[in-house]
Amino acid sequence: MEAALAITERNDSIAKKGRQKAQIKCDTDSVAGCVSQRACVFCGARVVLNPITDAIHLVHGPIGCASYTWDIRGSLSSGAELYRNSFSTDLKEQDVIFGGEKKLAKAIDELVEKYHSKLVFVYSTCIVGVIGDDLDAVCKAASQKHGIEVIPVQSSGFIGNKSAGYRAACDALLRLITPAEPKKIKHNNSINYLGDFNLAGEAWIIRNYLHEMGVEVNAVFTGDSSYAELKTAPAASLNIIQCAGSMAYLAERMESLYDIPYLRVSFLGLEDTVSSLRQIALALGDADVIARTEELIARESALIEPILASYREKFNGKKAAVYVGGGFKAISLIKQFREIGIEVVMIGTQTGRQEEYDTINELVDEGTIILDDANPAELERFMVEQGANILVGGVKERPLAYKLGVCFIDHNHDRKHPLSGFVGAVNFAKEVYSTVCSPVWNFVR
Amino acid sequence: MLDCTPKEIKERTGGGMINPAKTCQPIGAMYAALGIHKCLPHSHGSQGCCSFHRMHLTRHFRDPVMASTSSFTEGSSVFGGGANLKTAIKNVFSIYNPDVMAVHTTCLTETIGDDIPSIIRSAEVPEGKVVIHANTPSYQGSHVTGFSNMVKGMVSYFAEATEPIKKEQINVIPGFVNPADMREIKRMLNLMGAKYIMFPDTSGVVDSPMTGEFQMYPEGGTTVAQLKDTGNSKLSVALGRFASSDAAELLAKKCQVPVATLKTPIGIKATDAFLMVARRAFSKEIAAELELERGQLVDIMTDTHFHFHGKKVAIFGDSDIVTGVTEFVLSLGMKPVHVLTGTPGGAIGSSVGSFEEDIQEMLQQAGVAGNVKAGGDLFTFHQWIKNEPVDLIIGNTYGKYIARAEDIPLVRVGFPILDRSVHSYMPIVGYRGAMRLLEMISNALLDRQDRDALDEDFELVM
Repeated sequence: MEAALAITERNDSIAKKGRQKAQIKCDTDSVAGCVSQRACVFCGARVVLNPITDAIHLVHGPIGCASYTWDIRGSLSSGAELYRNSFSTDLKEQDVIFGGEKKLAKAIDELVEKYHSKLVFVYSTCIVGVIGDDLDAVCKAASQKHGIEVIPVQSSGFIGNKSAGYRAACDALLRLITPAEPKKIKHNNSINYLGDFNLAGEAWIIRNYLHEMGVEVNAVFTGDSSYAELKTAPAASLNIIQCAGSMAYLAERMESLYDIPYLRVSFLGLEDTVSSLRQIALALGDADVIARTEELIARESALIEPILASYREKFNGKKAAVYVGGGFKAISLIKQFREIGIEVVMIGTQTGRQEEYDTINELVDEGTIILDDANPAELERFMVEQGANILVGGVKERPLAYKLGVCFIDHNHDRKHPLSGFVGAVNFAKEVYSTVCSPVWNFVR
Repeated sequence: MLDCTPKEIKERTGGGMINPAKTCQPIGAMYAALGIHKCLPHSHGSQGCCSFHRMHLTRHFRDPVMASTSSFTEGSSVFGGGANLKTAIKNVFSIYNPDVMAVHTTCLTETIGDDIPSIIRSAEVPEGKVVIHANTPSYQGSHVTGFSNMVKGMVSYFAEATEPIKKEQINVIPGFVNPADMREIKRMLNLMGAKYIMFPDTSGVVDSPMTGEFQMYPEGGTTVAQLKDTGNSKLSVALGRFASSDAAELLAKKCQVPVATLKTPIGIKATDAFLMVARRAFSKEIAAELELERGQLVDIMTDTHFHFHGKKVAIFGDSDIVTGVTEFVLSLGMKPVHVLTGTPGGAIGSSVGSFEEDIQEMLQQAGVAGNVKAGGDLFTFHQWIKNEPVDLIIGNTYGKYIARAEDIPLVRVGFPILDRSVHSYMPIVGYRGAMRLLEMISNALLDRQDRDALDEDFELVM
């Protein structure tokens, strides 16, 4: 598909690693008329907040926005299941003409009466932004009426892209955790874990590692979290962030508001997991914690290194392409592939930032294609040109890869096993193996 | 997970939805547009809509679903989306080179009032290429309405009555069904020796074979020439009133093609009716092979009728599919005691009539008392089941929550099915589709019987 590059506006969003440092155009609006893999502000906000298990997540808008995001995140709960329902005000033409505020107020009343939740998130969608319903006022009134927290999420789809939705979610979270008397917060020794949504139970794995190190996790944002846990967040003494794209902003705000320092971590792959655990131990500065951390690392590494080595032999000469949501995950994946002997030859993200692309550029080999906000035609072109054997992506990229006879790994909401931590590193290798070495490809070529 | 659904039914006055049994118009329009050969659907709105619809369709069909978006920003929603759409039209033809670009609106662009026809008229559309559109506000109807609206768009943009005498061919509008159903309908017509134009036709598009190459525009789809020629056909057969009859009526008005509106041919009665119309239109006998299949179906029904008789079933999904399935299970002696669709009564502005009346009439004739609702949600459906338990649920993937909460087997039929594969390659229409439905329903019931049987009741032969 040569025509893919007929669009000159996209030229600056694609770079090839070479001697010149590549500056890539990113963090901008998509070009109208492209087949973009991106989603909207509402989607970003919904996926970040939805894992809060005991909240009512009410989507204020026509039915579609609630339908498509009903239980898609794949985040697990150890307790409440309320978050897995799909609540919508189901706006109709009449509401669009006369406004949806009354309907919203009524919906909140009925849901609160039915489920007795202490926390309601009300998400605004495109149409609510246009008809101008006063979400703040409705939520405030409902909050007073029921004596609970009803928090508006300003997530009209058109006010940016998915990143703006992450910010809207963080603003809603900040509102939730703000204590009545911020000055009186006493920091305990626990940490908050930001940017893990407990897909396939990943947050539980990290919680267990930290527990073994002697570090207590206070609240997770937002995987398997609850109203009560999140409320205690300002008391923690450290924030660690896994998914930086969604949570860096929250961490920055919490640092300035509550003096909680933060640390960027990654639990994807052996190398990043080990260095992240060490960093956390060092940041806490407790000799006992440091010792226990080294024990954990030694034990787990010894366990999985030979497994990874055995996979490495099987993947000789294979090349990978990566197209994921955020830049931080992309960076981890380069290292993780290297651990199992696979070079990344094409890498892109939907919402990566310049500094992340800089890091990517430093990490990858010469000749690697780097691209921002790619469309399927570009993905196809570069996967084929670069000779990629495997693609890492999300729902929409999977059948594209398969049609090209390229193996695939889901690194998004559809993953069925944890890819975090030591166990995740093995799962990742196992998944690469199961797709790369499947006999099915014998019938394709 | 739905253990928190209370049994006690209270009238909900707010009008909101809990666990919807429908979704919004644009996805239906996108799916219909995929049924035109070399067509790129285009979503005029924010990126999320396009992304969600592609994701949902991708999960259901497990095939690449391509569509472009106007990628709205704050500016476009304040100043109108005209500039975005014009840029999009230019880019779509220069990058992706489709024959047809099918634009559908979203709730956002409907609300800000973009006048799509005049934007299209003032856009640069390359020679020989066409941009069609459908208005698909998400705050009206459902995904079925959107499908219907895009099919209407095909008629209004393409259909022409150019021949003085109508040709010996019929138009078949299959409705919002899987590509396998479209294939099966075409197979039956081919066996009848009938000439037909099916539109839209997603077979070959979203069930395309694996070749090691990615085709932006796979082989399938109704061609523009065929769409034009629909105005010359002697009859339009609209299968499923909610998804298909509006387009057929428009074609009658525009090109004087008479209309036969039928049920989606699910089950023996509806398939008979469909074939009789084909026979009358072409004065041909029913093909021997179809006679054979019908005989086999009746044979299977008699062999197994005692498995089904009196079993209570709850059915939900899209109006046309639910209507067909309800008629079929009634013919097996089952009792559909809860029947619900998320789509409101009839498509907006159409004369398709009432889903509730249709179903109630069928139930009354069979002497079954049941709950029937259009425009409902799965919360209501679940409450009904709590109050009157059933032996089986028939519906899409979303039924699995209720099936688990109430420990009832679920037969997956309809759209979307996100957690199983192969379904889009297997028809549920026609006699062969009925056989498959029979197999799925009886396996679900008998598997349950085996699972629940006490040791002393456990049998080899059933």
